[in-house]
Amino acid sequence: MAVCIAVIAKENYPLYIRSVPTQNELKFHYTVHTSLDVVEEKISAVGKALGDQRELYLGLLYPTEDYKVYGYVTNSKVKFVIVVDSSNTSLRDNEIRSMFRKLHNSFTDVMCNPFHNPGDPIQSKAFDGIVSGMMVQTG
Amino acid sequence: MECQEEKPIIYTMENKPIVTCAGDQALFTLLYTSLAQQLPREPMEWRRTYGRAPKMIHLEANFVQFKEELLPKDGNKALLTFPFLHIYWTDCCDTEAYKTSVKEDMSRWQNSLRVHGSADWVIIVVETNDTKKKNKTNILPRSSIVDKIRSDFCNKQNDRCVVLSDPLKDSSRSQESWNSLLLKLRTLLLMSFTKNLGRFEDDMRTLREKRTQPGWSFCEYFMVQEELAFVFEMLQQFEDALVQYDELDALFTQYVLNFGAGDTANWLGSFCAPVRCWNGLLLRRPIDMEKRDGIQRGEASLLDLRSYLFSRQCTLLIFLQRPWEVTQRALELLHNCVQELRLLEVSVLEGALDCWVFLSCLEVLHRIEGCCDQAQLAANCSHTVGLWAYATDKLKSLGELCGLVSDKGPTSEDLNRTVDLLAGLGDERPETVNSLQSPYKKLKEALSSVEAFERHYLELSHAAMEMYRAISRMRSARLVGKSLAEFYMRKGDPERAEAFLQEALKSYVSEGWSLPVTHTRKQIAECQKLLGRTEDYLQTSALLAGDVNLTTEERKHFCQEILTFASKSGDQSQKVSLSMGVFAQLTRLQFCPATASVHSGAVLKVELTLRCLMPVSVRIQQLAASIHFDLEHGGTHGRLKGAQRQTNPGTVDFIHSSSSAGPPSSAGGPSLELDEIQDRSPSDNSLNSTGVVCKNTHLIMRRHDSSSPSDTPNCVSPLAVTMKEEAQMLKVQDVMLEPGNNSIVFTAPSGQPGTYTLRQLCATVGQVQFVLPHIYPSVQYEVYSQEPQLTVEPLSEPLLAGLPQMVKFTLLTGHYTVKKGDALQLSNTDSMPILPSASCSARISNTAAELVGESVLSIQSSEKVTSISLPSTPPYHTLEFQLEVLCIIPSGSERPANERLTNGEVRHRPRSYSHPDTPMTAIDQRMSIDCPWSIYSTLLALTFYIPFKTKHSLLSAGNRKYIQVCVQNVSDVNFTLAEVKLTEKQHASLELQSLNTKTQQLLCSKHSVFCLWEVRWKDDLPSCLQCVFSANFSPFNQDVSAFKPFHYQFQLERVTTLYSVRAEILPPPGEQYCRSGFLCGLEVCITRLTEPAEGETGEDSKTDTDGLRTTKLMYEVADSSSNWAVCGKSSGMVSMPMTSNATHKVQIEVMPLFAGHLPFPKIKVLKYLPHTAPVAIQSDPDSCVEDTLSLLDKPLDDQGDTASIRSRGSVHSVGSNEQQQQKGVAMPRLEPFSPGQVFNHSHARQVLVLPATDDHIMEVNAT
Repeated sequence: MAVCIAVIAKENYPLYIRSVPTQNELKFHYTVHTSLDVVEEKISAVGKALGDQRELYLGLLYPTEDYKVYGYVTNSKVKFVIVVDSSNTSLRDNEIRSMFRKLHNSFTDVMCNPFHNPGDPIQSKAFDGIVSGMMVQTG
Repeated sequence: MECQEEKPIIYTMENKPIVTCAGDQALFTLLYTSLAQQLPREPMEWRRTYGRAPKMIHLEANFVQFKEELLPKDGNKALLTFPFLHIYWTDCCDTEAYKTSVKEDMSRWQNSLRVHGSADWVIIVVETNDTKKKNKTNILPRSSIVDKIRSDFCNKQNDRCVVLSDPLKDSSRSQESWNSLLLKLRTLLLMSFTKNLGRFEDDMRTLREKRTQPGWSFCEYFMVQEELAFVFEMLQQFEDALVQYDELDALFTQYVLNFGAGDTANWLGSFCAPVRCWNGLLLRRPIDMEKRDGIQRGEASLLDLRSYLFSRQCTLLIFLQRPWEVTQRALELLHNCVQELRLLEVSVLEGALDCWVFLSCLEVLHRIEGCCDQAQLAANCSHTVGLWAYATDKLKSLGELCGLVSDKGPTSEDLNRTVDLLAGLGDERPETVNSLQSPYKKLKEALSSVEAFERHYLELSHAAMEMYRAISRMRSARLVGKSLAEFYMRKGDPERAEAFLQEALKSYVSEGWSLPVTHTRKQIAECQKLLGRTEDYLQTSALLAGDVNLTTEERKHFCQEILTFASKSGDQSQKVSLSMGVFAQLTRLQFCPATASVHSGAVLKVELTLRCLMPVSVRIQQLAASIHFDLEHGGTHGRLKGAQRQTNPGTVDFIHSSSSAGPPSSAGGPSLELDEIQDRSPSDNSLNSTGVVCKNTHLIMRRHDSSSPSDTPNCVSPLAVTMKEEAQMLKVQDVMLEPGNNSIVFTAPSGQPGTYTLRQLCATVGQVQFVLPHIYPSVQYEVYSQEPQLTVEPLSEPLLAGLPQMVKFTLLTGHYTVKKGDALQLSNTDSMPILPSASCSARISNTAAELVGESVLSIQSSEKVTSISLPSTPPYHTLEFQLEVLCIIPSGSERPANERLTNGEVRHRPRSYSHPDTPMTAIDQRMSIDCPWSIYSTLLALTFYIPFKTKHSLLSAGNRKYIQVCVQNVSDVNFTLAEVKLTEKQHASLELQSLNTKTQQLLCSKHSVFCLWEVRWKDDLPSCLQCVFSANFSPFNQDVSAFKPFHYQFQLERVTTLYSVRAEILPPPGEQYCRSGFLCGLEVCITRLTEPAEGETGEDSKTDTDGLRTTKLMYEVADSSSNWAVCGKSSGMVSMPMTSNATHKVQIEVMPLFAGHLPFPKIKVLKYLPHTAPVAIQSDPDSCVEDTLSLLDKPLDDQGDTASIRSRGSVHSVGSNEQQQQKGVAMPRLEPFSPGQVFNHSHARQVLVLPATDDHIMEVNAT
């Protein structure tokens, strides 16, 4: 389903990043990093308009020829980025939203772990499992 | 409007709904202008079917002369040519004329309309005043023509006939008539639209529903729905028109997707044809008829269809003033097309799509630039920048494909490819042939030569970068920069490439993206190597060698690069300093001893833990830490400073951001390091102020926005690291650093006392130095100097006087070296001799309390001095030995006060005092020791405790005298007491006969022993006895040799018995026994036993009244226990003659109050001193009165106690007696006798008293 899933801290460093074709890992890192530009743009635009009653889902950040990059930002400014292959046309906006919601829930679980130090890279197996599930579904 | 200048090709006139005009053409021509002008002037509300929102619409019309051909034939679905309304014009006012010609013409018109099923018609009758006038006389009422027409044609629809009055006059009536006509026309037009479009839409929907049928063709349907779009466009309903195209777009997309899912439609075959033309979008025409024809013919390729569709959408969006939606949709379209071609597996020449995308991007941008001004464009960069970047990207890949990027230039293969690609572009379109900067020209030029390509590519890249910057998408800008850098690297221009890479790297580092960091750094390393920037290259190599994201092979490669350079034999100027952080991390520093504080000259080890980041082990020629030395201020009072010194932590852990992965170190920022400061006044060390300071303000207060990321160890450029030469260094040569943690031990210099701060760390590998410019948090150790110090303390508490006791001497040598022959000189004192012992050994131990040596001490005693020669001891060691001393219990004898010690000091008499913590009497014994390191003597004090308390008392029996001594053991030790002896010093004739039976006695702790002696004398009993009690004692269970003497001196005065008192109780006369309640006689007989001695005469007062020398005595009978009632006189005065055996009898009446054996009443005898007695000193009279009175009050029994107390300290008791006597006053007073002077024979005698009657009454109280 997704080819790359990333969690990015408030300070914009990666807390978690995983991509499916591992040989393209670097490219995804660049892609996700660049997408932060749009995330920030969207956050500031939304922030002005609606205050705290904002939508966490940021929608399509930007399309490229091969991938679609979707963004989501939690209230604590932790960003989730999901990269989907453009050829995967069966994916609807709603499904992306639900993926983000799932990701957010799992992330919340990670944060609730008293042994997890917020700000550290995520190493939770449960979280990893959720991410794997999202990546494997269609291959 | 755009379309006007662009000239639509389909119709020369602008598209307007067609309205046909029949009837009087001349009349219509007359009215045409005002009609065409006024029709669109007011909007009409258009109510729509299917719940679509009503719209206000300005209606226009294209009035054409009615021809039968204009009417649509069956099956013709064209809407654009569809006449929506038919008008018949007439100004006929003549019934005849109407009947003859007009009616006929009208019905013909009606018929032809009916044949074609058109019901949208209207008849307009124009009335003018002239026609009225002309026909005034012979005509029907003026409405009759209209009525006629209505009855003839509009059988049910009266509104289909409208009258226009005086259209050419400027009157209100005319205007009114015009208005109603226009309203009517508009209404009818709208009705016609609704009806006809509704029918059309229904047909179209039906057609669409058939799309699953085999013969269905998308292209046909496309034409139908586009017709509808055209009409909406014609009606200026661009929104609705756009919806039609969007629906077509979605439908097509769905088909392609279905194709991807395996559901193939036949008609899609034509779109799967190989792409032969990639000339990009064409947006300059409102309708691209070429492409439209292609679609109509079913020959269009996918790109053609998409291009046409998008060009239409673009046109409509621009009409709608939404140019930014165009750019967004364009990007989507381009991405989508690429995907669709891939999905449909359409064969495309490599690079053809890149050409198409590139051209299309530029075309869209041109189109947008054409309809927006510069300010608008600048403000909406965010919408266009995507296209710019996309175009840049595509051009780059084209350049790579055509060999335009490599520095060698294109090969022939590349050139062939270029020719093929250019062929697919076709000819330039006529619209842009004349423009200089068309996308077509650009692409052609860019592909023509390496230089042109570079120019165009750079232009595009910079444009994209600047736009990204303008909208502060810095990351995107840097990514473009990086791609530009890659281009420069290919072109062999590493200098420019590095600038872009560094900028990108900075951003990755600051945001902690390790993989991009590694990748970019690798590229930078390549640049730096090419540029020959050795130092930078080595720095980067070091970073890469420690980068866990790289493979071990790569890391080894970079490590080898450093080592190769390092091993090059170059001159000294070639030395390169790199930041230590990239090579190894200082993780921990440990001091041994952990206090990090040693005396000067001592060994202090510093253990560093270095985490080496290199993939292989590295030999380091030298590892050095520079030290900053601070002389300790305010002297070196070793001990005092040592106690106050702030203890440095023995282990310092340095915290590093875990690795290049994880959050960047700038995220958290350094934590506050606070310290307390105290400002003390220099004179008296009192506190002036105190406060808290932050020691690392420079780190915390640093501006975070600009500089913080570059200070992290990941920093890009090497810091200006220089090793400052300090005088003192910690150095280790030849260390092998293994990957991971290494432990390196230094021996720290500790020569001078002071504070040593570790400042920098430097590892040298050949030509390369790795420098840690600041060791932080700061690490310090201290070296102090200490004065020698001698202490003496008891080996066991408490020290008991009179017994040999061990004391421990402890000598802390401090900075002093004890040499052979150095000796301690102890001044001897008589009260505490030092006991020589056979083997006295000294232990020498170092600061860590480890035994270093042991040697025998030689102790030499002379008369005044005991000299202890010390074994040679190194500085800062502890010398311990034990000596046995004996503190002699003072027996109370006086010593000459002017005795001086050998060193000229006045000897301090050990003063005994009672200690609050113990019942034992304490003695402070001072010692004076001369030490070799000082010209002054060391004075030390030991406190001893006397284990015994001794009391004595004088007992009398008539003339016989006994002395009792009580020894009380107040210590916690059991003693054996032996050879108890009492001697009298002055009177040889006196014999003290011991009544003690045992030679040895056990004296347990807290118990007492009493000893008794009878005093025997030959001639006279001296009135004053100087006695010495002596005994030997030793702790219980020790042999005889351990016995130590104990002496107790005391003095007894007025020992002789002067008077004897006898009392007799006489029963009442005639009675044998006394009876209670009956008076008895008490006869007191006082007898002088001795003549007063010479000394006594001076003391005692005498009266010479009758020539006889007498002494006045006072007697007193008192019964303290209320057994007796003294009747009459209870006391009286007697004058005793000064002769021996003079007796005085006194009769006193007493009455027993109880029956039984009653003790005799007490009889006191006191000395009476008349006022004439000589008075030596007139002192405080009041106190004297008090004294006498208090003595009077005291019962006689207490006298013994008083005496014993008085004689305890014999010297003082004598003194106080004298004092008392001197305190005579000019008043008669009483003075008690000393305990031995009066002997009461009847003391404690009892007499039987019978009850008064024989009534035996027993009182029993039962409770």
